[in-house]
Amino acid sequence: MNRDEAFAFYRQMLLIRRFEERCAQLYVEGKIGGFLHLYIGQEAVGVGAISLLRPDDYIITSYRDHGYALARGSDPRTLLAELCGKATGISRGKGGSMHFYDVPRGNFGGDGIVGGHLPVAAGMGYGIRLKGTEQVCLCFFGDGAVNEGAFHEALNVSALWDLPVIYIIENNRYGMGTSLDRASSVKDLYQRASAYGILRRDVNGMDLVACRTVFAEAIDRARKTKRPSLIEAETYRYRGHSMSDPGKYRTKEEVEEMMKSDPVLVWGKRLMEQERFTQADLDAVDQEVLVIMEDAVRFVEQSPDPTPESLYEDVYVRSPYINMKAAEKDPAWRAAVREDRVPETLPPPVLNPPAQATAKVGS
Amino acid sequence: MAVLTMREALNQAMKEEMARDPTVFLLGEEVGAYQGAYKITQGLLAQFGEWRVRDTPIAEEAIAGVAVGAAFTGLRPIAEMMTFNFSLLALDQIVNHAAKYRYMSGGQVRCPMVMRGPSGAAAQVAAQHSQAFESWYVNIPGLVVVMPSTPKDAKGLLKSAIRDDNPVIFMENEVLYNFKGEVPDEEFHIPLGLGDIKRPGKDVTIVAWSRSVVTAMAAAKTLAEQGIEAEVVDPRTLRPLDEDLIFESVRKTNRCVVVEEGWRLAGFGGEIADRVQRECFDSLDAPVIRVTSEDVPMPYAKTLEKSYLPQPEKVVDAVKKVLYLQ
Repeated sequence: MNRDEAFAFYRQMLLIRRFEERCAQLYVEGKIGGFLHLYIGQEAVGVGAISLLRPDDYIITSYRDHGYALARGSDPRTLLAELCGKATGISRGKGGSMHFYDVPRGNFGGDGIVGGHLPVAAGMGYGIRLKGTEQVCLCFFGDGAVNEGAFHEALNVSALWDLPVIYIIENNRYGMGTSLDRASSVKDLYQRASAYGILRRDVNGMDLVACRTVFAEAIDRARKTKRPSLIEAETYRYRGHSMSDPGKYRTKEEVEEMMKSDPVLVWGKRLMEQERFTQADLDAVDQEVLVIMEDAVRFVEQSPDPTPESLYEDVYVRSPYINMKAAEKDPAWRAAVREDRVPETLPPPVLNPPAQATAKVGS
Repeated sequence: MAVLTMREALNQAMKEEMARDPTVFLLGEEVGAYQGAYKITQGLLAQFGEWRVRDTPIAEEAIAGVAVGAAFTGLRPIAEMMTFNFSLLALDQIVNHAAKYRYMSGGQVRCPMVMRGPSGAAAQVAAQHSQAFESWYVNIPGLVVVMPSTPKDAKGLLKSAIRDDNPVIFMENEVLYNFKGEVPDEEFHIPLGLGDIKRPGKDVTIVAWSRSVVTAMAAAKTLAEQGIEAEVVDPRTLRPLDEDLIFESVRKTNRCVVVEEGWRLAGFGGEIADRVQRECFDSLDAPVIRVTSEDVPMPYAKTLEKSYLPQPEKVVDAVKKVLYLQ
């Protein structure tokens, strides 16, 4: 990694951090509804893994999915619009926080069923094998998912058939409010890979370099040998499971202790100590990111709500193999189109001069 | 026209579509080396190889999930459920994933997959192996639900299901696998959502699908001997439903009986009765009557099994009721 890349990773992690902080504000203001699961504290895992992908690789993720979409280059404006239920949202206001899809970027979305997307990831791996391409699929999920039957079924067939899928456990220690100790018979979750005879690694998920090293090995192996792997990234979420979670199942001291290894702070420190960046450089990029977020908020404010007709759109694909005369009695079939939709590419934002950026990382 | 069993017709449909389109592949328990638990997939492994005819572990959630994921990458999977009883272990993949991704993604994703296999009762296999789950699947927006009753319909509808870009639940019936019928020699397909009149008649409309068509036809034969001409309407696809075909028939006969193998409570026949009473209110000379399985789990004993299922005699009785002959 060169100096510019090192700085770009800082910017990316900071963008995720500021995006999530802004989401929390908008949630409190009532602009974002439903469930909101923040990625704060886990940024190094998503940024580290996704930074190693080629453009045609796939990702599929759990519902704590904002960070992956940003790391994969989705536009913060369309993501924030999705959270606010706008027609300009990346999933047209149909998905919300848990369902950010960006298929042109190989992002097959956040899945709201714990563990439910793991067999789907295996299927994407199967598709890669049958098509004979060099692609890989990254599948992100939390420590809660490893106790689902779907985890076992997906890993078994992936190992059995040599499917190039990297299964990434983001172990943030709690499945909602139930600690790992109370949920898993084996505490070292990566050891579960031994049941399937696949590559297993345990990595400090707060350390971007360590993450990149381990993920690079797994991705390279998947491309060359098609073998899957199971990586446990030990990380931490500073916020609750969702916005409604007061976090009474863990101590303040534990959270404060973990914040000392905040991936964004640690990386910023490293940039200054090893890459000759200054605090002013870091502050400047923070300003830039905050301006991007303000621009995104403006974009959302100017965005229309979804039209009433769009309620029926995107259920079915119009098809020559359907008797449309009968089908069209159902408004969902009437609204069906033949093509898939592609998220709108917006012109680059015109960013106003930096406003007052005062918030400190980790606050 | 060749005379084929439904088993042969289904096999032909898959074989032809797999030969036509290299993106079509099949996966499921015992579909390859074993040649299919019900021999529907006989010979396919030898012709297409293990990557296109994939034997799986006994892992229904993985089978369905792999189909969903492979469909995202541009393939057309056919996931065989050994029977639809076991599809309950895959239900999350179908209901929460296959049926929802297009909507949740704002139209970015399509899931062109077929989940197929036998549904309904076989012979004396008891409560866990004798269930008709079409009413469960038909309740889910985003799915297409197909239930053929003849070899010709099975072949023509399966070909459409494979080519269609939506997730299709294709429910066969074990009892029908050995039933024979004429199947066109030339290339053909039957659009999904197109019903069929299996027997014309002027006195009463009997709506039935899958194995219940056989029951309805047997009842119609008995009724004909008594001078009552029943029209048997087979929607063939439950979602989308060719409701006009049913309405036209009821407007002609003024009476309607719905036969289904599923349980009565919240069964799909209730949906048909609802639509008929709303759309054909002025034409109806009697309330719509439903013939269903009894609302208990399927018993093992042969005599009890017979009592549980809709039988031709029960259909005959229902027809006589709507004709006020009883």
